Amino acid sequence: MAGRADSPLCHHGRVTTASPVEVDPGVEQDVTPDDVTLADTPWVTVVWNDPINLMSYVAYVFQKYFGYSKKKAEKLMLEVHRDGKSVVSSGSREEMERDVQAMHEYGLWATLSKSD
Amino acid sequence: MAGFVRHRRSKRIIATLTGFEADLLRSLAAQLVELLRNEAAVPHEAADPMEELFAGSGFSGPTTEPDDPVLARLFPNAYRDDGDAAAEFRRFTEGTLRDGKARAAGTIIDTLEEAGLPPEPGSDEITIDVDLDLPTAEVWMRALTDLRLALGTRLEVEEGDEDYWYSLPDDDPRGQAHHIYEWLGYLQETLVLAVAG
Repeated sequence: MAGRADSPLCHHGRVTTASPVEVDPGVEQDVTPDDVTLADTPWVTVVWNDPINLMSYVAYVFQKYFGYSKKKAEKLMLEVHRDGKSVVSSGSREEMERDVQAMHEYGLWATLSKSD
Repeated sequence: MAGFVRHRRSKRIIATLTGFEADLLRSLAAQLVELLRNEAAVPHEAADPMEELFAGSGFSGPTTEPDDPVLARLFPNAYRDDGDAAAEFRRFTEGTLRDGKARAAGTIIDTLEEAGLPPEPGSDEITIDVDLDLPTAEVWMRALTDLRLALGTRLEVEEGDEDYWYSLPDDDPRGQAHHIYEWLGYLQETLVLAVAG
């Protein structure tokens, strides 16, 4: 798969606040076709509920790794707990693969998929 | 039984374990390391020798989900509906993830032994003072998570199943294992609280 071998395998938590990818339609003519494709089909990282992980730990991981505020981290954690899953980040496929790998490092059950 | 607290002045994360608790924790961590290393990542046989050459052995890993339910939980499929993509992701990541998890469990063992846990604790009453800086506390957090995932998956715990476990007779080995699982949860909860403040 293109771009995989050179993706860094060791990822140190991105410090972002909200969604990592902001699509500004006004700049589309300035970017390469590849970038347009990426922006048009963002991917998401989904964390799934499991009966083992502690709620406090899951919220901690969201704060620590994604740099989310305590409030946002707890909201996402409660979504996972209540709805069975939650979208915790979005971006390019490569970014989402890094996020999923990081979640697996932390022992969270995560998958990536194309955003609906 | 005591959990973790954050020392007010030094900011270090500390807990005092009995020799029995420390020995139990070491034994669980050692079992996890053995599991991670035993069913080792099977070297990937590249169909194309050029691919092997460029990928290098460091990027060669297994492509199928582990048979053992514990390993399948620790290394879940990253794609739900795309077997090929899941296999590729696994090939590039599972070896790294296994090494990281084995190292984290090894950190628990090292910490306990450096704190004075003897190879074979006798009947003497000893206590082990666990004293962690923040980065090491986070490694412990990940390792405790993996231990709980391993034990909880073996026991097939489910949400809200406490009544079942408490209904088991005292001498039921699964009930005893579930006590250990709950104790790990208590350690983990106090550790997260101590770190997150």
